[in-house]
Amino acid sequence: MSFFDGLKFRKISSPIHNLDPRVKFIYACVIFVVAIIFWELIPLIGLFLIQIPLVQIARVRKEWARSMRGAAILALIIFFTNLIFSFLGAGSTFRISFLEYALAMMLRFLVLVEAFSIFFLTTSPDHLGLALEQSRVPYEFCFAFTTAIRFVPVLAGEAQTIIDAQKARGLELEKGSFFKRVRNYIPILIPLIVSAIRRSLELAEAMESRAWGAVKKRTNLYELKFKAGDYILGAVALSILAISIYVRLCLKVPTIEELLAFLISKI
Amino acid sequence: MIEVRDVYFTYPSGVEALKGVSLTIKDGEFVSIMGENGAGKTTLVKHFNGLLKPTKGTVLVNGIDTKKVSVATLARKVGFVFQNPDHQLFSETVEDEVAFALRNFGFSEDVIKRRVEWALNLLGLSQYRKTSPFMLSGGERKRVALASVLAWDPEILILDEPTIGQDYLQKETLRQFIMQLREQGKTIIIVTHDVEFVAECNPRVILMRDGRIIADGEAKKVLTDSETLSKASIIPPQITQVFFQLPELNVNSGIIDIYEARSVLIKVLRKGIKN
Repeated sequence: MSFFDGLKFRKISSPIHNLDPRVKFIYACVIFVVAIIFWELIPLIGLFLIQIPLVQIARVRKEWARSMRGAAILALIIFFTNLIFSFLGAGSTFRISFLEYALAMMLRFLVLVEAFSIFFLTTSPDHLGLALEQSRVPYEFCFAFTTAIRFVPVLAGEAQTIIDAQKARGLELEKGSFFKRVRNYIPILIPLIVSAIRRSLELAEAMESRAWGAVKKRTNLYELKFKAGDYILGAVALSILAISIYVRLCLKVPTIEELLAFLISKI
Repeated sequence: MIEVRDVYFTYPSGVEALKGVSLTIKDGEFVSIMGENGAGKTTLVKHFNGLLKPTKGTVLVNGIDTKKVSVATLARKVGFVFQNPDHQLFSETVEDEVAFALRNFGFSEDVIKRRVEWALNLLGLSQYRKTSPFMLSGGERKRVALASVLAWDPEILILDEPTIGQDYLQKETLRQFIMQLREQGKTIIIVTHDVEFVAECNPRVILMRDGRIIADGEAKKVLTDSETLSKASIIPPQITQVFFQLPELNVNSGIIDIYEARSVLIKVLRKGIKN
């Protein structure tokens, strides 16, 4: 569950926490888009590094490191599948560029995890719901969204209890072939899904009995307003996007191999 | 036999749930572990089948260190029935549900058939054999969960909060059932808040508070020691409270059993009439 811990919000105050969630979301989306439009290693390294100051300012280094560790296994899988397939695709010959490509793909994944981990670590579910509401998303959807996020830790805890209960009945999750291992999760998933459905029905009843939806127009105690910091982050995000699109369309991005060759020729 | 030697346990979140617990549970004993929420009761019993391994100290089950074997190996000897049956029911039929653990332990199909039959009969569930466990009532689901553990006939049986959400009749059936298992020489450990149920069962009582054991002894002694009980946020059984309120009677206040209370009261009343 350590991967989920990396996405769990903890209430602390920092310049990043106090930013408007809409701007943070735009920032995360920009990083997402930029990570997708580049497949070269150099810009992706840059993209990975420019976010580290944000982690520092937000004081979520430990949680962030945990989510990166959680993503590490998947990242390695991505690295090796890319490497193996380009190796096989080229008729079992190896080139340095394959290694660079595989590294870039891995880093692309890490950048995405990094960006959204910063977003979720520094944005409270309440803030997020508020942001959605003020973006004129119908309240029903906002509510469903915030509730879903709020129940992630509850569900994670429940999954652990179910795993314990089935282990106590002799279930061995790590035993058998790949397909057997996947099947081993059925006794975990069914109780988890059934109880999630049950809980949602109970929640719906409890809410209706407290007159949910009786008033069409809602008011909020807190309102989100753009502040200086929000404009700065917004500007940073948009410039990253603009520069990236320009670079992609008009310039050639060198690979590290080419860059090194270029530098060596200069000397 | 379960031996717990100076066990400490800290959850990954940093919460220290057990702070030096030592105890021995002999074969055939009936033990009730009580205490307020968060006292470490469930954490402690999860050490008995290896679901949790001590951060410091050792837990031995029949002489085997729980750190050295898998949960599945220990589960063969130690059956653990969880509080909420919905956390384990998943099969299409009650029959399959009860057979699940038996298949995991690698019993042969004809043995499984026999064991399932036996367990369903024992808990009065035979008529639901082909029913989906999700269609049953809360009490019945709890019985299915119990049957699914009893089916492999573990030597040690742990019941986490067995009386929650059960009506009086179901509790009485459960009590008789526990007594029956005791006669077969099983070791039974229950985790509960239900002081009246414990008073009726009369087991050895272990009181926990804040990760430590604060009392350990006969139900009669522990459940009538109001000072220690209040530390564990437990109120004595009602019948004991009645005698607390009647110091004039001058009788031994260590009474938790209704029948004993009756004979004591009759004695007192007879004396009173004579005077």
